[in-house]
Amino acid sequence: MIVSFELNGKDVHVETSSDRRAVDLLREDLGLAGTKESCGNGDCGACSILVDDKARLSCLTLAAQLQGRKVVTIEGVCGEDGRLHPVQKAFIESGALQCGYCTPGMVIAVIDLLNSNPSPSRNEIREAISGNLCRCGAYQKILDAVEEVVKDSKKEAS
Amino acid sequence: MSHALVPTKLEELWAYIAENPEAMLCAGGTDLLVKIRSRSVTPDCLICLERLDDLKGVRFEAGEIIIGALTTHRELLHDPIVQRDLSILASAVQNLGSPPIRNMGTLGGNIVTASPAGDTLAPLYILKARLKIRSKESSRSVPIESFILGPGKVDLRAGEILSEIAINQDSRFTVNHFEKVGRRNALACSVVSMAALMNIAEDNTISEIRLAWGSVGPTIMRFGDVERLLEGRQLTVRGIEDAIRKVQQSVSPIADTRASADYRRDVAGRLLLRLLSYASSR
Repeated sequence: MIVSFELNGKDVHVETSSDRRAVDLLREDLGLAGTKESCGNGDCGACSILVDDKARLSCLTLAAQLQGRKVVTIEGVCGEDGRLHPVQKAFIESGALQCGYCTPGMVIAVIDLLNSNPSPSRNEIREAISGNLCRCGAYQKILDAVEEVVKDSKKEAS
Repeated sequence: MSHALVPTKLEELWAYIAENPEAMLCAGGTDLLVKIRSRSVTPDCLICLERLDDLKGVRFEAGEIIIGALTTHRELLHDPIVQRDLSILASAVQNLGSPPIRNMGTLGGNIVTASPAGDTLAPLYILKARLKIRSKESSRSVPIESFILGPGKVDLRAGEILSEIAINQDSRFTVNHFEKVGRRNALACSVVSMAALMNIAEDNTISEIRLAWGSVGPTIMRFGDVERLLEGRQLTVRGIEDAIRKVQQSVSPIADTRASADYRRDVAGRLLLRLLSYASSR
């Protein structure tokens, strides 16, 4: 089938089999290797993408399910001018990663959180990233980074 | 697997089912797609139900709360009716899987998967949920405990889907308690879970109670004799200690990678002690 959807702000039409996993479609067919695959079972969150603004696991999503949807991967979270998303910037500034493999999924999970809850508590941040494993154990720095984003956005608002 | 279909209307669904009688239905896929990947199931065709808007949402109808089977766990958590009137279901869904799993998984999917550890099941049993089963030609309604036949086994015939979950609020309970014991809070398959609906009289006796346990038998377990024993009892350690023992004798847990059978048996009974936190303070 030809699957048509919006990918990082642009319309794409791609010939693929309807049961191809979204993670394979994105990484292998469309060359967007920012989305990572780790467990392939929905346990680790590394492959998270935004589908209609909500975090979904691309390893448990099939190509046919993307038809007509709005998809954002880690490649699409920055501004049009290439400026980093505030969450990405805060991750770098807070040192919220070591190997970086979980980072795309973490950033997607945090963006989903901040869309629905712009000023989460530290515990709410913990819960929001509870589906994302970081085997380097950078969790505390990740929480710090998200708290920085929240602080900065409050400063901007005031 | 050779193809996946995503119907947007029920007529389309019935046509797809007729054309692909061997197809499996996917209501979120957080469990089914894992099984397909490990080849423990090998369907030729998958019909994904998530765009059937007729099967989504929560509403009141003729004194009942009706939940569309394709309502995601996230939608349940944010629904005002669920928050106000089905808080026991909300607490069970709160810790189900992880945020992305709750964005994808659905209530109907959790029911039809029929895992003994399915987090929503114990609450649905004591809420006396009835399930509406539809096919192209007919529809029927069954209580959840007769629908779930065993681990992964449900009373769903060829061409049928679970369309709605109906909850009749015949009794109101002041205590809506759900607890899941797992190895961690997120992404944990429950070791034991217990759901309780309870009313307490002014003299701190239990006036009415419904209880259900998950992960301690092939399906959700309820014990009428334990409930009858507890009704009229003081909500104190002395008042419930024989009920704890009775639960421990009645459950039939297995040992697996998460816990031993003995541990499950022990904890299943002791979870009743949590109810003491609702005792009226003197």
